[in-house]
Order: sequence, then structure tokens, then C-alpha cells
Amino acid sequence: MAKTSKEWTPNLFEIAKIPDYILPGHRMCAGCVAPVIVKLALRALPDPENTVIVNATGCLEVATTIFPYTAWKRPWIHNAFENAAATASGVEAAFKVLKRKGIWKDELPTIVVFGGDGGTYDIGLQSLSGAIERGHKFVYILYDNEAYMNTGIQRSGSTPQYAATTTSPAGKVIPGKLEWKKPIGFIISAHHNAYVATANPYYWIDFMKKVRKAAEYDGPAFIHAISPCDRGWRFDPGISMEIARLATDTCLHPLWEFDPETREYRITDRSLYLAKNPDKIIPVEEYLKRQGRFAHLFRPVRRDDLIKQIQDRVMKEWHYLLKLAGFE
Amino acid sequence: MSSELKSWKEIPIAGVPFKPSTEYKTGDWRAFRPVIDDKKCTRCLQCWLYCPDMSIRIEWEPDGKKPKRVYYDYDHCKGCGICANVCPVKAITMIPEGGEE
Amino acid sequence: MSPAEQIDMLLNGDEAAAWAARHCNVDVVAAYPITPQTIIVERFSEFVANGEVDCEFISVESEHSALSACVGAAAAGARAFTATAANGLNLMHEILYIASSLRLPIVMAVANRAVSGPINIHCDHTDAIGSAFLASWLMFFCENAQEVYDTIIQAYKIAENPRVLLPVMVSFDGFLISHTAERIKIFKDEKVVQEFLGGPRKVAKINLMGKEVELSLNPKNPVPVTFGPLDLFDYYFEHKRQQFEAMENAYKVIEEVHEQYAEISGRRYGDGFVVPYRTEDAEIIAVVMGSTAGTMRYVVDEMREEGIKIGVLRVRTYRPFPYDRLAKYLSRAKVVGVFDRVQDAGLVGGPLFIETRASLYDLPERPIVVNYVYGLGGRDTTPEMIRSAFDELVDIAKGKIKPFRRKYLGVRE
Repeated sequence: MAKTSKEWTPNLFEIAKIPDYILPGHRMCAGCVAPVIVKLALRALPDPENTVIVNATGCLEVATTIFPYTAWKRPWIHNAFENAAATASGVEAAFKVLKRKGIWKDELPTIVVFGGDGGTYDIGLQSLSGAIERGHKFVYILYDNEAYMNTGIQRSGSTPQYAATTTSPAGKVIPGKLEWKKPIGFIISAHHNAYVATANPYYWIDFMKKVRKAAEYDGPAFIHAISPCDRGWRFDPGISMEIARLATDTCLHPLWEFDPETREYRITDRSLYLAKNPDKIIPVEEYLKRQGRFAHLFRPVRRDDLIKQIQDRVMKEWHYLLKLAGFE
Repeated sequence: MSSELKSWKEIPIAGVPFKPSTEYKTGDWRAFRPVIDDKKCTRCLQCWLYCPDMSIRIEWEPDGKKPKRVYYDYDHCKGCGICANVCPVKAITMIPEGGEE
Repeated sequence: MSPAEQIDMLLNGDEAAAWAARHCNVDVVAAYPITPQTIIVERFSEFVANGEVDCEFISVESEHSALSACVGAAAAGARAFTATAANGLNLMHEILYIASSLRLPIVMAVANRAVSGPINIHCDHTDAIGSAFLASWLMFFCENAQEVYDTIIQAYKIAENPRVLLPVMVSFDGFLISHTAERIKIFKDEKVVQEFLGGPRKVAKINLMGKEVELSLNPKNPVPVTFGPLDLFDYYFEHKRQQFEAMENAYKVIEEVHEQYAEISGRRYGDGFVVPYRTEDAEIIAVVMGSTAGTMRYVVDEMREEGIKIGVLRVRTYRPFPYDRLAKYLSRAKVVGVFDRVQDAGLVGGPLFIETRASLYDLPERPIVVNYVYGLGGRDTTPEMIRSAFDELVDIAKGKIKPFRRKYLGVRE
């Protein structure tokens, strides 16, 4: 990782001049953060014109390509739900060999893969793990809206504890999903083969720096971006970015990166500030109380026991990360 | 909103979509529309940054160094309100669609 | 024009497939091992490791990923190849439909093997036929290693033809062909094959938003291509109609390529669709796919010595189904025995039987058609067993026994 990107930082006016590679007129919900992730990620690439996009089945794929319309201004392929990484492996290998054979005469394109939490954590985990083990060069961006949103808000391995989904509803006996969120970032970093980072589109400078680093890394890269869903998490679409901010400010979605060469974990941006100023960490309740999917923790009765469980677990995971990053 | 449905001979093979999404006017979705108070706007571009629908356009100064003003693509703006919420100087107001500006 | 120079090699069916892929100068191979296809991937890996073929070999972690990677590679403009069998083919089943809907000229070798359960690694045709039906793939069933080599080469030429652009499955019996060494002829200079294919893959062009673009993920396309959109009920049917059209076109292209290949190789397989043997005056004809045809020809010769007018029609091209060829070759027979090597042949009969009957339905005079299910799970089908079936067909022709719907040949009742 002795590469350049430690120096690159996005200049707002410069990136504002780059044309849109995802067009308006797509049919993502009003207030959805996924298109913000896409738009910023594509502008962070070193050569956005020379990019090929692979997209797993999910909200983003479906809502941007309702025939006969397409919102994509770059070559784009959707194959199936669980194989975005395998498809990307094929695309990457093809360009490599076609260049070697003198048929593709340009630079190798950057391959960006967009997958939701469904296509990444659960059904897509095998193909992602295989692609990373084989070391293909691509940037995998997980836009995590914490449930199978496209099919109607069903629970995934990424759904946070005590969130209500349609397959883990908050009922009289069971208060939502009981399991904690699967630590996908650590699963991928454990391959020791990929640049891994968590990101938050609200903290866009950190996000774009990481995407650039990922694109420049000579191997697989994985970015876990939180993508609040106003429809599934149930909040007013206008406060989407506020919810995104709180996810990191409560340490539920801390910002870190993993360097596969040095095996170092680095805490970045806002989370670095919070690591140094723990009194500024916002209690999870501020995040939970603004979302309908956690409403059962407050009404009709306040479930302080469950809120405390979440708060304690968040801090436990946060300290685990601090230790990994050498803060404790 | 696709106008006349075409026959199988008139569309590309392999299912390739043949219209850019810009032709689909998601502006119809709005219940509230954002309005910018140009005098308050500092051209910080936070609204542009976080707009999920790429519906905020920038007009640059002639020398291209700074934004001259921002304005809306009301054909596509869905009225989500993110811009109004992120604006640091509260220059954007959400008014009911069809209401007085 | 005399055929190009060829050399003899001792190769089994799997090796023949690997050599064909090598000669076709495939760009990307993504494959997962499964008996009895393993020798294909092993031999091909050796070619790559020795620098004898310039190819990206992706050792994917499952068959589903194998075909998915081939889809990605072919969409990017590469010539892609994979191979599988049985459960592996079933695992990639989802992607079969996607590959054909994206009109990708992928070629897949299938070493036909019985499908679990119980798990069985030996030959039957359930895997390929089970997946073939609705997936818009072209399908060939080969009888020997030579045909495997020849057919894979033809497959690329057919698939990449702009009138077709559909993926092709080249099947051959697991173990019986895949693992049996035969002396076959391959081209001495692989450039002959590459010239036959027109050089590296030329991606088809389409008109998109007023510009001519490559039907690929080429970032330099004046209008970028989106592959794999969401269709609602307003356009899905039209997209499938385009695939039906491609299948119809394939019917002509298969014949053209078969002739063109005969020019460089000196070899033909019947008319490319079916391979008749002593059917001209036959009263009894057996219809079969795969290596059992060879055993049947041996029995036919024996019975012909005894004065019985019997013949064999091997079906080589299974998709698109050569309905007119079957009508042509079977119309004058009295009794036709159709041999299916698939599990669960249903109440009406096995797939080959049903399609044979359907092909003959419009004839003013139809032969009696009966069904045998044989060889499941690698059950050896000996000349004696075939003789007993053929004797039954003779008896039906003579009116000695009544025609039956279906019999099982070789199972212990």
C-alpha cells in the first residue's frame, strides 16, 4: 500500500464537474442513500470513463434498469443475485487476457461491483469469498441497507439486533431480530488479501478517499458503506443523511480501513475523532428512536433492557475495533 | 410511461435497454418541492452532494472556478427533502407541490 | 478442397474436449471439477501452466460461479469455455437461462452423468436433458471422442454467428466416452481451427440509441451497454420471442457449419442433425443418443445378417430438435423404438420418445413408436440386452406382441 492515494483527497468543485454516471430518472425511493453512494463512488475513481460495473440483484439493480430505461452511463451487467463477485471475476479475467492478446488495446478498466447486504452477506458470500481468495482486481462496494429491501424488508445477516423486519417482526413474544449484525468487514479482511474499509456516504471525503484507494490497490478491495433506507427503516426521507451520520457517531458503523500488506487496522475520520474523544460518542438511543424499525423499543413501553443490550454490545464491538487498531 | 410498445423486431437483442432514464420523469412523484432562497445560498454544494437523484444542477462562473448558482431539475426531483435538511444555512424550503413559492 | 493436415492422438473424450478448447484459442475458462469431467479441467490447466495456451483459467469455487464467470467474461467480449456434469450442471441451472438471454456464445462441455440421489457418478443423460428443455441452449450429443473434438470447434462457429448468439452444450457419455481413450485426429496446426472460427471472437454489433455499438461491456462503446435489466410484463415475451428466432436461425447455421467443417476435416456426422445407419429400407428403427448407438449398430449388423430389416438413427443435435429429420428418416418404418437414458420418464414417456412421436404426428402414415428407458446410473447396456429389445420390436412389427407404452431395459424387476 505504498501507493498514491494517501495524497488524493476529493476537491468538491473538481468532483462536481465530473459528469453523472448514474442518471436521474432512476426509480430508487425518494431519499434512498444508495444512489448517493454510487454517484460519489464513481466520481472517486481514477478514470471513471474506463469503468465497468457489475451489480447484484437488489434495489439498486432493479430500480435503475427497468426496461426499456437504464440509468447507467457506464457499461453495466446484472447477472443474478448471488454471483456478482463471480461475474466480476470473469469480466476481470476477460479484459486481462484480451489485453495480453492485443485485442483490448487500452488500459484495463476498473471493475466496480455493487451489491446489497443480501447479495453480499448471505447468498453472495461464497462467490465473494472465492473471488477474493483468487485475488481478482475489483472494487466491491456493499451498499448496506440492513435487510432484503427490494423484496419487501425481510431480514438479512446484516439486520441489526432488535430491528423489526417482515421476517423478524416485533411481536408480542419476540422483539424483532435477536441476532447481532454479521461482521462482514472482518470476514473479508480475514482473507488477508483485500483492502477493506467501512464507509459512510455522509462522511463523503473519507468515503471517496477509500474508494480511490480501493481502485488503486492491485487486488480485490471491499468497501462496506452504510445505506439508510427511509422506506425499510421508517423515517422521513429528508433525514436520510442525518441517520447516516448517527450510524457512525454512535459507533454502530465505525469508520476503519484494513491494509492487507501491513495487516494494520486504521480508524479514520469521524471515528478517529471519537476514539480520541469518547465523550463525544452519541448514545445509540438517539439513532434508534428516530427509526420506525426500532419503534417497539420505545412504544407502548420503553424497553430499557433491550436498548441497554444494544448500547453495551455496540461499545463491546467498538472496543474490539479500538484494540485491533492499537488504541488500547 | 413507455409510450408505444414496440414489437420484438424493433428492440435490441439481449434485453439491452434502449432509453436513458432521464426520459422518465420522476418529478411526478413529488408531494413537496424544494425551493432555494438564492440570497441565503452560499454555493457550498452540500445539497448537490447528497441529492440521490442528481437533480441539483450547478451553473458555474464563466471562469469555471466557482459555482455561480444551483438550481433544480424539477423533471426528476422527487421532493425527498435531503437538500433542505443538509443545507447549513437553511436556504432551502420544502413547499407543498403546486403551492405558492 | 482437401482437408487440412491432421495428426493422430490417443485421447479420451475429456482430453479431446480440452484439446478442442485449446485449438479454439479460448480466452477464459472458468470451471469447477466434477467427475467425470475432471480430466478436462486438469488437462487444460496443464496447457495453461506450460504456456501452451494463452488463457485465463479461473479456478472458481463452485459451478454456479463457473458459469457466472463465463457470463461476465463473454459479456466483456471474450471467448469463454466451461465444463461440468450432473449436479454441477444443476447447480449452475439458474445461470443457463441468463446466459442465453444475454445472447452469449459460451460453449460448455458436459460429461453426462446421473443426477443425485442417490449419488452416482456414472453415465446417463438426465443432467443435460434435464437442463436443456427450456433454457435456449443449443445441444449436441456426441458418440465418441473424435466427435467431441469436432463438435466443440463447430460449436463456437455456430454460437458466435450473429444470427444465432446462443450458448452451446456439447454432451458426451460420462466414463464411456469421457474416460475411454481412442485414436482421434486433431489438426496439426491449431491456426486452421482459428481461421475456421474467423480468428478471435468478433463481438456482434447492435444499434443502440442511434449509435452502432458492440454488444459487450466495452467501455469505449459510444453508448454504454446495460446487460440484464428488469423486464415487466410489457417486454419479457418479446425478449423471449427473439430467442425463439435465434433457435430457428440456429437450425440453418448448424447445417452450414457442419458442411464447412467437413471441408477442413473430411468428417461428417450424418447430416449434422441425425446419423442414420442402414435406415433406408428398415422396417424397424431404433432412435438413440450417445455412445449406445455404437453398440446398436453392431447388433443391427448381426440382425441384418439374419435378413431382418433394421436400422439405427442416432440423434446428434438435440436442441433445436430435428423434427423434420426424424420425420424424413422414420416415415417408412413400421416400428420405432426410442431409447431414453433419463430418470423419471413420466407417464407418457421419455423426452426423446415424446419429441420423436411429436415429429411423426403429422405424417399421413405413422410408425408404431415405443419407449425404452435404459442405462440409468451407468447401467451397462450390452449387445444381448439390445438384441432382446430389438427382438421385441421385430415381434411388434410382426403383430406377435402388442405395442407397449414403455419398458425398462436392464433393470432387475
